[in-house]
Amino acid sequence: MQGVITDSTPNIALAEASHAHHEHPDHRVFGLIVFLCSEGMLFLGLFAAYLTFRAVSTEWPPAGTPELEVMLPAINTIILLSSSFVIHQADHAIKKDDIKAVRWWFLLTFIMGATFLAGQVYEYQHLSFGLTSNLFASTFYVLTGFHGFHVFVGLTLITIMLIKSFQKGAFLGGKHYGIEAASIYWHFVDIIWVVLFLMLYIL
Amino acid sequence: MTQVIVQAPSSESFEPNKSSDKGKWREYFSFSTDHKVIGIQYLVTTFFFYLIGGALASVIRAELATPDSDLVPPELYNGLFTIHGTVMIFLWIVPAVTGGFGNYLIPLMIGARDMAFPKLNAAAFWLIPPAGVLLISSFFYGPSSTGWTAYPPLSILTDQRVGQAVWIASIIILGTSSILAAVNFVVTILSMRMPGMGMFDMPLFCWSVLSASGLVLIATPVLAGAMILLGFDLLAGTAFFNPTGGGNPVVYQHLFWFYSHPAVYVMILPVFGIISEVLPVHSRKPIFGYKAIAYSSVIICVLGLVVWAHHMFTSGTPNWLRMFFMIATLLVAVPTGIKVFSWIATLWGGKLRLESPLLFAIGFISMFVVGGLSGVMLGSVPIDIHLHDTYFIVAHFHYVLFGGSVFGIYAGIYHWFPKMTGKMLNEFWGKVHFFLTFVGFNLCFLPMHLLGLQGMPRRVAQYDPQFASINVICTIGAFLLAISTFPFLFNAIFSWIRGEKATDNPWNGLTLEWTTSSPPIVENWHGDPVRRTGPYDYGMGLQDTEQPLAPTH
Repeated sequence: MQGVITDSTPNIALAEASHAHHEHPDHRVFGLIVFLCSEGMLFLGLFAAYLTFRAVSTEWPPAGTPELEVMLPAINTIILLSSSFVIHQADHAIKKDDIKAVRWWFLLTFIMGATFLAGQVYEYQHLSFGLTSNLFASTFYVLTGFHGFHVFVGLTLITIMLIKSFQKGAFLGGKHYGIEAASIYWHFVDIIWVVLFLMLYIL
Repeated sequence: MTQVIVQAPSSESFEPNKSSDKGKWREYFSFSTDHKVIGIQYLVTTFFFYLIGGALASVIRAELATPDSDLVPPELYNGLFTIHGTVMIFLWIVPAVTGGFGNYLIPLMIGARDMAFPKLNAAAFWLIPPAGVLLISSFFYGPSSTGWTAYPPLSILTDQRVGQAVWIASIIILGTSSILAAVNFVVTILSMRMPGMGMFDMPLFCWSVLSASGLVLIATPVLAGAMILLGFDLLAGTAFFNPTGGGNPVVYQHLFWFYSHPAVYVMILPVFGIISEVLPVHSRKPIFGYKAIAYSSVIICVLGLVVWAHHMFTSGTPNWLRMFFMIATLLVAVPTGIKVFSWIATLWGGKLRLESPLLFAIGFISMFVVGGLSGVMLGSVPIDIHLHDTYFIVAHFHYVLFGGSVFGIYAGIYHWFPKMTGKMLNEFWGKVHFFLTFVGFNLCFLPMHLLGLQGMPRRVAQYDPQFASINVICTIGAFLLAISTFPFLFNAIFSWIRGEKATDNPWNGLTLEWTTSSPPIVENWHGDPVRRTGPYDYGMGLQDTEQPLAPTH
């Protein structure tokens, strides 16, 4: 063995070098994306269940189900979709360390998301069927409700980031994982909604 | 470049646990973020649940010793096998092979300091004990009695509504834990390998955990979806799976098996990885066909996702669907066969060190092949329709899950116990453990093939008296199996406390975990880990070369 084995003499230079070396690199964005792919499978499973119910039943929606109003959800869809572009502006802004712009874009996204949720609640109140009316009604409420819950989580994330942005030095100098995460999550919620809207209202 | 192995800490901060060696056991009851502590937490906790599941199995077999339902009431019997199956799958094998071995070994094998997300890792572990307690506590108010598959409408119309709801809740919690752990594994393996280590320089265990984690990420959320819908049916009065309300129970079966078939690969792939580690070390030969084994893990992962409906050949599936799923199922035998042949070729002509780790590994290969072959039989539609819901099925999946996964877990424990605890296990009691387990296991489950072929249905407390004598043999085997656990348990406990001290590398292994102390320090290495050889370069005269394989900076 030619290598030098130092058993008692400490090698300070090496120790310090390796100390700097294992400064934890940031894998959080990668981790979040992996997690969201998995989360997407949850929706995919529910979508598959919906489509199967639909495919094997003789009449869809079951007899007696009132026609769904498309106008309000369509407007809601436009609002939610455009909010994705809005939050993307925040992503741009933070890369230039422009925290003020981030706040405004996040606030706007929050308002749009909250409008979407309010619209959803309004729609629920004016529907003439309930959760247990028939199979279509159950799938409708569970799918939209489950998505609505995700919108709510997204709004919570945005709120937390907004509050955090008022701390001194927060998100500056490239440490803006929170902003990035909130907007990646928001995009995810949007994509799910588009599929959901097409499936429930249009198809 | 002079190569320097630093074995002494240069400052206090390098060995934070040195001063607190005495109170170290407390760490195992804390929210520790050290992957090694978490790995051991997983292994010990899941082994505890294994003992509970085993106790339930003993009661089941005691009941089945006679054809009549005389030991426990039939309703309780239904609860016993339901909770037995659920505990063994969700609280023992899945968390033990991924969370336990994966957490302990992955960072050590790829030369990382810890997992990518240590806090998330701890959170994933701490979801398990409450979920387990929740599940087992359901015995106090009537446990779920539907079998671990919880097929509706039985699970919706059950008398044990609370027990069923608790069952659903604990499955969702355990599923969440397993998804969080899988995110950690994927990110750690893909982006935290030491500098210079490519994907094909990784030990094969890493490949198998990567494949298993992929399956967890893709399949587990679908199970969660099924559980949510089932929960709505049970508690909110919807009728997703209730035919009387216009629902469709077969949709549940699809969603359930879309997870639960891949789940068997989640339970076996990491064990394949363990075997691929144990065999080369103890036969002193390079692994045969590294790339073939690595790729076959990935192929099993992909194929495993498209075979689920072979559990539903009797659920009125159309013929074209049966044909597709039969062919896909039989195809799984190809990558699995590649692995088995590679392992046998690794053993061939090696200097076998026939101690407990290798004994269990060889036991694994032979028992798993039996289970694999009966799997091929069951994969073909005509045989499956004949044998569906008989004891042949019970025999088959115990050969893959016990003869496969549990033998592999034992091989892994005997192999890495010195690394994990710094103490050697007693070899004599290890051998006693192996032979008792091997004999007890075969005595218990081999005759079940015969029972199944003769038509004895599973999941029923009473049976036709013509099956009585074979059932007595099974029960004796099961008790032997229960007894076989004690030599291991005492061996592990006594060795851990006052066993012979283990050296850093008692088996002369070449993978990176053997290059650090036993047990490894916090953050795993003083200085940076150094790779001198590939993970399996046994007998190639490379062990003593001077040059590391790759630059460390």
